[in-house]
Amino acid sequence: MKDLSKVNNPYNDEKVFDACSIFGMMNLKGERFSAKDPVRAIANMHDRGNGLGGGFAAYGIYPEYKDDYAFQIMYLDKEAKKKTDRLLSERFNILNEEEMPTQEAKVKDPPIMWRYFLQPKKSKTKSQPADDYILEKVMRINTETGKAFVFSSGKNMGVFKGVGFPEDVAEYFCLEEYKGYMWTCHGRFPTNTPGWWGGAHPFNVLDWTVVHNGEISSYGINKRYLEMFGYKCTMQTDTEVMAYAFDLLMRRQGLPIEVVSKILAPSLWSEIDTLIPKSELAMRALRQTYGSLLMNGPFTIIVAHQGEMIGLTDRIKLRPLTAAEKDDFLFLSSEEAAIRLVSPMLDNVWSPRGGEPVIGRLESPEVVEVLV
Amino acid sequence: MVLKDVINRVPENLIIKKNVAMIDATGVYYRDLNSLLRSLDGNGIEKIEIRNVYGQRYIGTDLDGHIKIDVYGTPGNDLGAFMKGANITVHGNVQDGCGNTMDHGQIVVHGRAGDLVGHSMRGGKIFIRDDAGYRVGIHMKEYLGKRPFIVIGGTAQDFLGEYMAGGVLVVLGINIKESRHNARFVGTGMHGGTMYIRGEVHHLGEEVEVTDLEEDDFRLLGNLVDEFCSYYGLDAEKILESKFNKLVPVSSRPYGNLYAY
Amino acid sequence: MKSYVSPEYIVERDQDRCIRCKVCVNQCSYETHYYDEEDDIILSRNENCVNCQRCATFCPTQAITIRENPNHYRSNANWTQEAIAGIKKQAETGGVVLTGMGCDKPNLTYWDRLLLNASQVTNPSIDPLREPMEMRTYIGSKPDSLELDMEECGGVMLKTKLAPQLRLETPIMFSAMSYGSISLNVHKSLARAASEVGTFYNTGEGGLEKSLYKYGDHVIVQVASGRFGVHSEYLNAGAAIEIKIGQGAKPGIGGHLPGEKVSKEISETRMIPVGTDALSPAPQHDIYSIEDLRQLIYALKEATDYTKPVFVKIAAVHNSAAIASGIVRAGADAVVLDGVRGGTGAAPRIIRDNVGIPIEMALASVDQRLRDEGIRNKASVIAAGGIKSSADVLKAIALGADAVYIATAALVALGCTVCQKCYTGKCPWGIATTDLWLTKRINPDLGAKRLAGLLRGWSLEIMEMMGGMGINAIESVRGNRLLLRGVGLTDKELKILGIRMAGE
Repeated sequence: MKDLSKVNNPYNDEKVFDACSIFGMMNLKGERFSAKDPVRAIANMHDRGNGLGGGFAAYGIYPEYKDDYAFQIMYLDKEAKKKTDRLLSERFNILNEEEMPTQEAKVKDPPIMWRYFLQPKKSKTKSQPADDYILEKVMRINTETGKAFVFSSGKNMGVFKGVGFPEDVAEYFCLEEYKGYMWTCHGRFPTNTPGWWGGAHPFNVLDWTVVHNGEISSYGINKRYLEMFGYKCTMQTDTEVMAYAFDLLMRRQGLPIEVVSKILAPSLWSEIDTLIPKSELAMRALRQTYGSLLMNGPFTIIVAHQGEMIGLTDRIKLRPLTAAEKDDFLFLSSEEAAIRLVSPMLDNVWSPRGGEPVIGRLESPEVVEVLV
Repeated sequence: MVLKDVINRVPENLIIKKNVAMIDATGVYYRDLNSLLRSLDGNGIEKIEIRNVYGQRYIGTDLDGHIKIDVYGTPGNDLGAFMKGANITVHGNVQDGCGNTMDHGQIVVHGRAGDLVGHSMRGGKIFIRDDAGYRVGIHMKEYLGKRPFIVIGGTAQDFLGEYMAGGVLVVLGINIKESRHNARFVGTGMHGGTMYIRGEVHHLGEEVEVTDLEEDDFRLLGNLVDEFCSYYGLDAEKILESKFNKLVPVSSRPYGNLYAY
Repeated sequence: MKSYVSPEYIVERDQDRCIRCKVCVNQCSYETHYYDEEDDIILSRNENCVNCQRCATFCPTQAITIRENPNHYRSNANWTQEAIAGIKKQAETGGVVLTGMGCDKPNLTYWDRLLLNASQVTNPSIDPLREPMEMRTYIGSKPDSLELDMEECGGVMLKTKLAPQLRLETPIMFSAMSYGSISLNVHKSLARAASEVGTFYNTGEGGLEKSLYKYGDHVIVQVASGRFGVHSEYLNAGAAIEIKIGQGAKPGIGGHLPGEKVSKEISETRMIPVGTDALSPAPQHDIYSIEDLRQLIYALKEATDYTKPVFVKIAAVHNSAAIASGIVRAGADAVVLDGVRGGTGAAPRIIRDNVGIPIEMALASVDQRLRDEGIRNKASVIAAGGIKSSADVLKAIALGADAVYIATAALVALGCTVCQKCYTGKCPWGIATTDLWLTKRINPDLGAKRLAGLLRGWSLEIMEMMGGMGINAIESVRGNRLLLRGVGLTDKELKILGIRMAGE
């Protein structure tokens, strides 16, 4: 059993530090568009990264396989692929598998990239819910050989990332040939693991992806709290903890994003004390119960899953986030200029308040901005 | 460097007519753009127009002539950082750090601004037509004759005037709902300087007190608002009719009794 | 028989400075100083001096110096001064050597080998004076998740009912010190300061004096093995109830308030006759096993209609982790751990110094065990035992405590000099005594001010340290072991504490 943390974190730092640029673009009517604009936008914020990591999450890109799990896996050697292939064929029905199309680009030591469209074998899942089955198998692949890593495993979506500037990574994966209704992008400025492709953002669990700018000073306790619920924080990154927090709160506990943002970036007690009694009770209970998931420290995140894109900053807004709308599009970005490059005319531009999420939803063509 | 040399070395996206330079910044890296601005500054050029600006940083930094610059697009972070003398007009929004540690000069923005406007500003003037973000005017300072001024036309977000040690910060709240600013922790840590806020502020730092304006204040405020309105074609008289609150520090030594000696 | 034990201290008086004001004579409750009228000179009986420094502090001309008696037995790492003198005293009395306050032996404190973090570059530190810094803490049982109803208008309605919580504005509370071991004026000072600052004080096992019922919202009432002063009104008067199984200074044994200290007032509150010894049994006689504890916890919850959290306090001993797990499963809302350095009014010195383990170790293992079992949310964890600075408080929280209890520090704030003679009942500072002539030396107004000042000073320091780490809410420190590093610790110690070595 290979220790994933040793691969992602070779100096055994308590945590992997990153700084970055992030960008998100969503068509609220579900109309699919190519990576061209998101890539231009994230490339515009070139100086926020240092070329040692770039990545994209795209949703709606595999409409022919929209009900199948799309596993995108990187392999450092053929042995790892053999083993993984064996595991996959034992546990899954493979509807299609192929090497991911790539082209020459300025990226460092690209691994072998394959994608598979899968369904869990009924005989193997027994009574286990599909989501848990997928999670378990992904964890197994990631830790078994130490040379295979699942970039994404959701339905009708994919994560494309690696070591290079985001625009170079996009070129490598021929991203302009894909069409999705929602793209999130990330440019990384890591302080270690320069060579490992798995370390770039976005981080994926099921169909959740997180891109993240900032550093979470409460990481040590966020991690320990999540471990009580069975999550194994093997990557030792803030992004991983963020993704698991969303998985726990939104998927497993079924809490809506309005509540989840009040857990991760709660109002100050001085504000809660002035609310009407019914709200005060609820907000107080949230902080009392979920205090260990309060994300302290500067952060801006863009979290995406089927049908929803969420932008959120920490409660005292230590990291930038600009939101904008134009026709059916919602934009989220570390810098406004990146949005303008892609859409010089905008219907609406604003800076969300710290701790208040901006939500784009497929069903409702209106952008939701939550205010307390 | 002589202007002739500059023109000779010039990239294809620069046109010079008389003493006006016009630059197309499409695809130009910030370092090259700013280096170009520096070489134009002090070489007989009085006005520079930069078009297609998308995120280039530090525009106006280290320019010390009284050159006038018109920026079209969205300049990147730290516009006019450490600036000493130039006069910049932005036809669009600015991002974070506008006027960061500015020494003197002027910035006029026809749009909104991000966070940290005028951070540690020491002199000069910044005018923002619409709203601004967090920590506007944080740690502004003044010394002897040098005094910085910031005027925001819309509203600002939390930590407005945090840690102010000098200078004048004006927020006009044009178009805010019910004359109410939602900013919290306004003036927290203030120990110098003055804020004039048009409209109600409901959450102040402990170090701030609200007082009424006096003759000197009205004169100063009047001049600033007149200047502000002149840039945007607004009615100064109408704005000055409303109630302004003057925010000043309670003490220049707000933490005197915090320590056990 | 003649005692072979020489005086511990020598009183030196600078006769040029001494103005014969006799303040020292009046202030000393051990009758150390006396005025010789004939020679107009003040002299001292060295054998009575306990080094409480009352006289030295109050002497208007600083004429008094208390010196450790330089007549030491020959230096010997095994046969120390204390060991030799102790044996001689026992031979002379045939008794148990008593002492007060907490264990004073070296090498049992780990706080000083833990270091805190600060943010540099990758994360900004926060200015606690200008930006919000939240230390508010809620003690009580928390659920693993909440049931909520989302309303049409966007509001959130809470459906889950939470167990009762205590609200602390700062994560420091005053620990149990019984009325009898300390004076009423000290209790008044503690109650007032706790109310003012927004925290709590613990009655200890001596009951709650009538005049203090009005501070009930800031009182934790203790139910100990002697059940002194425990009646229905008492249980309902406080904001929480603490079942005392043990304390760090004397794990496993009972308590003993000597008859000398059982005055009329004490006897009234404790409901026992004047002058009798107040004996607390070693165990609570209705708790002989974990299921009995559960029974008592729910008995108390029933008696207070489930409106108050019930704590269980144990001394930190070898199996603290397993015991704590049992306590949490028995229904306690908080587990209190009292380490080997915990103080007391009276205990056998041999037990104080040799029984029990350091709080840092117990706290780390309890917090980890509860998390491993997935039950950490069910109860808060409170740490106690010789916490002497705000850095200790913050380190305790980083190890996993929800809050800390302080007692010795509170008494020191009131004047105590930790001379360890509390058991004599002669505390000249008016603290650990029930002698009315002495107790009036503590003025509750000034006492409350001193205690509030202590809490304020520590709270400010905690906020500065939190801000330095880039954290603005105490929830993010609690249990965050990555904020700590160790120095001079073995691998095993680092492992149990769950922290890394400095430099890693």
